Amino acid sequence: MRVINFAHGDMMVWGMYLAWLLATRLGIDPYLGFVGCAAALFVVGLVVQRGLVDRIVDAPHEMQILLMLGVALVLENGALLAFGPEPQRVRSALTLSTFWLGPLFVDVARLVTFAVAVALSLALYLFLFGTDLGRTIRAAADNAYGALVIGADVRRVYAVAFGIGAACVGAAGALVSPFLPFQPSAGLAASVTSFNIVIIGGMGSLLGAFVGGLLVSVAESLGAVFLAPSLKELVSFSLLILILLFRPAGLFGRRAG
Amino acid sequence: MRWAALAALGVLIALPAVVGSYTLTVLIFVFFYAYLGQAWNIVGGYAGQLSVGHAAFVGIGAYTAAMLSLGAGLTPWLGMFVGGALSAALGAVIGYLGFRFGLRGFYFVLLTVAFAEICRIVALNTEAIGGAQGLYITFTGNPRQFQFPDNRAYYYIALGLMLAATAVVWTIERKRFGIYLTAIREDEDACQALGVDTFKYKMLAMVVSSFLTGVGGTFYAFYLFSLQPNTVFGIPLSVEIVIRPIVGGAGTLGGPILGSFILSPLAELSRFYFARGGWSGAHLIVYGGLLILVVLFLPQGAYPYLRRLLARRA
Repeated sequence: MRVINFAHGDMMVWGMYLAWLLATRLGIDPYLGFVGCAAALFVVGLVVQRGLVDRIVDAPHEMQILLMLGVALVLENGALLAFGPEPQRVRSALTLSTFWLGPLFVDVARLVTFAVAVALSLALYLFLFGTDLGRTIRAAADNAYGALVIGADVRRVYAVAFGIGAACVGAAGALVSPFLPFQPSAGLAASVTSFNIVIIGGMGSLLGAFVGGLLVSVAESLGAVFLAPSLKELVSFSLLILILLFRPAGLFGRRAG
Repeated sequence: MRWAALAALGVLIALPAVVGSYTLTVLIFVFFYAYLGQAWNIVGGYAGQLSVGHAAFVGIGAYTAAMLSLGAGLTPWLGMFVGGALSAALGAVIGYLGFRFGLRGFYFVLLTVAFAEICRIVALNTEAIGGAQGLYITFTGNPRQFQFPDNRAYYYIALGLMLAATAVVWTIERKRFGIYLTAIREDEDACQALGVDTFKYKMLAMVVSSFLTGVGGTFYAFYLFSLQPNTVFGIPLSVEIVIRPIVGGAGTLGGPILGSFILSPLAELSRFYFARGGWSGAHLIVYGGLLILVVLFLPQGAYPYLRRLLARRA
């Protein structure tokens, strides 16, 4: 869709805080609460797309980047106002349970998060490639004018796509909240990481995002082991620059924008 | 317009005689950020190459001048040009990679962000320049070391910086160079088709812009007396630099100045208001809201709007 969502990471942080609210106020485990977080963020995404991004579709691309930067600042500092700067962590029943799988020490919470994330990615894939709405989204992303000509309500499709993106990231936030302490300022770093992943993997490619995610995490972990933990981001940024220069479409992307 | 500008300048020169030290401090930041915004304006506004990594140049300028002063005893009055030159070198590298490989729009944004982040991480991990603790400059009050016991000295230096950058931009605007830059922003392909060496002019814009920004780093270091990698190289500083010209009007001479006069006091006010509630840093919510409003309703920025308004009155 080529909407650069600078607020991506901040939406994730909101997903985390919503999970935290659900867990502390209503006692809902984040592994159930993530559905609610996804629904809430879906609405946020819908509103942002319909109310803001939609108004400037014809403006230069730079304006839209700046607009999302504004949304990111509002979301991040809204979280700061609402929840304060202290790092939080959500307690889940699964947080402390672990087991040994042969020689491997497995953390149940992480395993469940991994499984749900894979399931969600698969569901997204099936949605985009198997349903009419999914196909329309891909068509609109590929050629908005063409999609309009064949009768797709492109504005609605965009809004839904944006909402789905926000819902996914909201769910992701809720799912990692049991083992990843978070604070409002984490949003920006998360946005930058997700840009890294998407650019490296290839914009508009689900498989690319998946492989990019793996690649960035493995590269960062290797960097942490072989260089220094504080230098791990250096690896992913260097990787990003190389990809930008030599394969701007990303590993699995079809073309550069 | 010219008379109004001169009158405003006269007021600004006379102002330290009347206002208190708090207002003076606010104004110093207004000028300083207007200066940085003006420097950004050359490449980001006129040439339309959206850089969100200008903090890298501030940081390199600041660290260079501070290290030269602390380690080699070189006066920051010279160190600032060394810092500017190093920043310009980095600007040339980023520009070369970005423009030679044809990165536009969001791809160029990411490239600049990535370079600034790499600078930040390297600074965090280099113990020789203070690592994560940063650098602290001992206050001596020696003007030869760019240190002044009187706040008014900083006031006039910041004002001078802002005027100097504005003069540079004014000159560029008047030359063929400025026209080329605007043409590149409006339609790069057409500009190239007409035989303009767009690569050369974009590079030049980037180098001038990063040089000026690097010089500004010296002021930053010797006004605040402490440097932390996360603040001088961080994305939030880049946002501070970008947002003023955008709100004021990117690619206009008065934009960064007007933007700074709107945003810096506003940031100060909301910081004051939010700080009482214990929410430090939340002033950025005002930036975000303003940025959204400007993009939606005043995409050209406040300065062109104001000019049109004044022209209609007259």
